[in-house]
Amino acid sequence: MNVYRNLTIKQKQIVWAWSFLAIPVLFYTVIRFYPTGNAILISFQDWNLLGKRTWTGLDNYEKLFADPAFWKVFKNTFVYLLIGTPLSLIVSFFIAYNLDKTRFMHGFLRMLYFLPFMTSAVAMAWVWRWFYQPVPIGLFNNFLSTFGIPQINFLNSTTNALPSILAPAIWAGLGFQIIIFMAGLRAIPQSYYEAARIDGVSTWTVLWEITIPLLKPTIVFIVVFSSIGFLRIFDHVFNMTTGNPGGPLNSTKPLVLMIYETAFSSFDMGYAAAQTVILFLVLLVVSLLQLRILRDR
Amino acid sequence: MAIAEEIRPTTDALLKTTAPKRPANMGQIIRWGLLFLGGILMIMPIVYMISTSLKWPHEIYNLKLIPDEPTIENYTFVLQDGRFFWWFLNSIVIAVITTLCNVLFDSLVGYTLCKFRFPGRYIIFIAILSTLMIPTEMLVIPWYLMSQQFGWLDTYWGIMFPGLMTAFGTFLMKQFFETVPNDFIEAARIDGLNELQIWWTVAMPLVKPALAALAIFVFLGNWTAFIWPLIVTNSVEMYTLPVGLSSFGDEADVAWELIMTGAAISTIPTLIVFLIFQRFIIRGVVMAGLKG
Repeated sequence: MNVYRNLTIKQKQIVWAWSFLAIPVLFYTVIRFYPTGNAILISFQDWNLLGKRTWTGLDNYEKLFADPAFWKVFKNTFVYLLIGTPLSLIVSFFIAYNLDKTRFMHGFLRMLYFLPFMTSAVAMAWVWRWFYQPVPIGLFNNFLSTFGIPQINFLNSTTNALPSILAPAIWAGLGFQIIIFMAGLRAIPQSYYEAARIDGVSTWTVLWEITIPLLKPTIVFIVVFSSIGFLRIFDHVFNMTTGNPGGPLNSTKPLVLMIYETAFSSFDMGYAAAQTVILFLVLLVVSLLQLRILRDR
Repeated sequence: MAIAEEIRPTTDALLKTTAPKRPANMGQIIRWGLLFLGGILMIMPIVYMISTSLKWPHEIYNLKLIPDEPTIENYTFVLQDGRFFWWFLNSIVIAVITTLCNVLFDSLVGYTLCKFRFPGRYIIFIAILSTLMIPTEMLVIPWYLMSQQFGWLDTYWGIMFPGLMTAFGTFLMKQFFETVPNDFIEAARIDGLNELQIWWTVAMPLVKPALAALAIFVFLGNWTAFIWPLIVTNSVEMYTLPVGLSSFGDEADVAWELIMTGAAISTIPTLIVFLIFQRFIIRGVVMAGLKG
């Protein structure tokens, strides 16, 4: 205690700061940084969890790039991204824009749109899975049949399964994006709109020349945030295709499901680790590209 | 305590609209009607889930929203089985402990990075920031190996340890501690409080809205977390609700009314919490989204 008392205020601050940070630093080192390094290390090894770890250099990566299943999965992952992100962006902007212009029962409407965000992806995946069942079980097909429209094969078709799984994923995220968009819309100063009104500018011009340019930071945030979500899609796919993981002919399998199966069904740890490194690089490149493109514009 | 009051109106203002109070012309009435229809469509999956969980098996195939003979038989059946009780308990315990841990440590680290000047501050800041770039999926294999080595598989600790602190929470809190004036801290220091007391009694009460926002995000995230609990648990009693529901759904096969009951059990608690603290939660989401 005497030693502490003789310290200057600045030195005391240093002591306090590091004692506050001791546990967190240990945590981040052991639970974040060490595993990251370990994952990269394992990706260069061959290991089935029980046998010996053997150094194999780039073999896992070569195997991965030569694997047609990987390219299928890689493509699926990007289909989720390329449909999911623009679609949810447009729909959520459209709803937020209009919701922002209504005051009558505003809170109630906002609640309706936000509610799905509070649900668990697993529970809702099962609900939607039920919706997609063929007649007489599934809600959608029952609905279609009352109007005499032919049945749609949702989850067992190689073409329909992926969009069918994407739908609940988009649905669940809309509420969050709408709320963020509305906050972004509110942050635009009213004086801009007033000036535009005095100049007699049309609603469309106001939308394209004022609203959307000023919303850019919000749009960047939502694009990056939702892209990361779609690239890492797993809960919905896993739960809507149990029994036939990845859907018919792997038509819905995303990268994360492939990682899960390689690691925890085939116990091919090295191969799975290589896939996680690829996932990491994909996320990194996509986010950086989006930031660069959207910020520059 | 003026700061907390100051933060609140700004985020509140972001949620208010200046549109006319009542729909005045035809265009606005149509807009309102369409938004209302869309909103009803949005909650349909939740409504159908609850409605089906109250139906007898022979009724689930019709599209009626209100069952002819409503029953809670499905709930009694599912709860009597006992597993859902355990899964519910596991999920609660894990989500609550993780949330407390995050609120405590993320704010402590955020506060330290914000209010202290010490060697290594910038490095720590960048190091924690960089962990945001690492996807969970990359870490699950090493975490699994660690858990296996130390006997953490199939334990609460095993499920919880990866999420006890988050970089997201740390940055959220750091942002909010910026709004706490340094004068307050200096004044407390002159009053003879030590740094731990200053953090806990002076700074923490000023960022309560942010703490609430963080708590909501962490709780919801852990309540719905799936991939890691799926990997780390083996025995049925250790499953969390999402993992349990996933295995239950597989096992129940075509008993959709039971699956919907299970889904409802894992969804209704968060919905109730949301309905009670609606304004609060939406404000929290805005704060976390804009500042985090």
